[in-house]
Amino acid sequence: MSDVYVVGVDMIKFGRFPDRTVPQIGAESALLALDDAGLTIQDMQALYCGNLGQANAMVGQRILQEIGQTGVAVVNCANACATGATAFREAWMSIKAGVYDCVLAVGVEQMGKGLLGGAGGGAGIPKEGLLGSGTMPAVFAEAGMEHARHYGTTFEQFAKVSVKNHHHSTLNPKAMYQIETPLETVMNAEMISYPNTKLMCSVNVDGSAAAVLVSEKKAKELGMQRAVRIKASVLASDPFTDRDLVMPDVNAVTRIAAKQAYEMAGLGADDIDLVELHDCFATAEILHYENLGLCADGEAGRMIDDGEVALGGRVPVNVSGGLLSKGHPLGATGIANIYEVCTHLRGEAGGRQVEGARIGLTHVIGLGSACGIHILEKVA
Amino acid sequence: MSNHNDGVAASGPLPVVPFLKGADGQDPFLEGHECGGCGAIFLGARTTCSKCGARDQMVAKRLSNQGKLYSYSIVFRSFPGIEVPYISAIVDLEGGGTVKGNLIGIEPDPSHLSFDMPVEVVFADALGRKDADGNSYLSYFFKPAA
Repeated sequence: MSDVYVVGVDMIKFGRFPDRTVPQIGAESALLALDDAGLTIQDMQALYCGNLGQANAMVGQRILQEIGQTGVAVVNCANACATGATAFREAWMSIKAGVYDCVLAVGVEQMGKGLLGGAGGGAGIPKEGLLGSGTMPAVFAEAGMEHARHYGTTFEQFAKVSVKNHHHSTLNPKAMYQIETPLETVMNAEMISYPNTKLMCSVNVDGSAAAVLVSEKKAKELGMQRAVRIKASVLASDPFTDRDLVMPDVNAVTRIAAKQAYEMAGLGADDIDLVELHDCFATAEILHYENLGLCADGEAGRMIDDGEVALGGRVPVNVSGGLLSKGHPLGATGIANIYEVCTHLRGEAGGRQVEGARIGLTHVIGLGSACGIHILEKVA
Repeated sequence: MSNHNDGVAASGPLPVVPFLKGADGQDPFLEGHECGGCGAIFLGARTTCSKCGARDQMVAKRLSNQGKLYSYSIVFRSFPGIEVPYISAIVDLEGGGTVKGNLIGIEPDPSHLSFDMPVEVVFADALGRKDADGNSYLSYFFKPAA
């Protein structure tokens, strides 16, 4: 089977665009990715589109209605916050299967402001604040407190994740925010759900990201100079664990996906030069250092304390600024993090460049649950 | 499934969730369903086990009112109209079953909370919340064990 390559990838600067439509926002990054590849929409044999908010409204076709109605196959994907990664992986599979040589993946989202989630629903009375909380900050706080239970992880250690990622985003012009947030600012921000303060919650923004994926044959035709090889593409769902149906277990699903990804790539966690992982809340990032094997179980607090995951550290995590500061447009996130890693592998990340980066990993979690992991390798 | 009763209020309180049994009597309790194949415990009736895949081996089981605090968050910002702060608690019950709910009767402050602190399940009106037909509901809560 052919290896699959990314030959064009880009994202728009994340922000709030209430006057634009979802297809317009998606079309912008699609055109940027095509330009990056030196190709046109007429060269694309299929489109894989990820969007959550309008999952029943043919967003992929409406993007082509903006930029070129070529009659190709369009698949619309929804998989919670793993939506973009799922669309990208469908594109990868179509080439891996030998069906196409050149396809486009787009992830796009237009978000409102405010809390996501909520307990219960259905008949009867509202359950939020009666049977605990189903808000996302609380759900991921509970997951973080499980780590605190096992390893004594502190509020301050969780807060340091936000300090780091906000610092990284000051070097990323496409991030929503470029502001430093010192530790005391993070810890004294409005408490949303202990231990997550407002600055430890991802930013609801609008955005899109897109990638052009090609077969090895096509990549050789186009020239390999800026091509990035997809070494692993994995999607997992939540396995049965004792509390998963009451307290979504984002750890077990990530560990399944990580194990499969390292096996598919023939690599280990020690080979990874940078990671973009799903920091939807500061508490979540800590869990995934261990879930992805970046450190041993129980070492995540030490990792953030020692700066190992900061730019310049042993394995920089979320140098884009992450969901906490770059922003989290749900359907776009799983392709935006692939853009970030590819940009480093191409040596084009400017002030935030991870020097000598050859292999990077992206990770997303869709609660409920899905985990998507991609491992990407520099070619030239 | 609907709890609505054709627009007519029920005589007693309705259960806040289907796995709260005996809401209109003197002895309400939480009910789990235990898989005869592998022992996994679920909240609510079901026919197939998502741990081992066994079919038609679920047995209803009265869950304990005693448990321990497994994890929690203290919620300071919720949806409009929801009173804050409150403790959203994950509790492991003695003999099996994990349940999420509000932990009451203790300060919503991390310095007052400890992992594995013993709690008990108590039953009370659902904070005055009523449905569109005017029905009141019986809910469950956790409180520190005496």
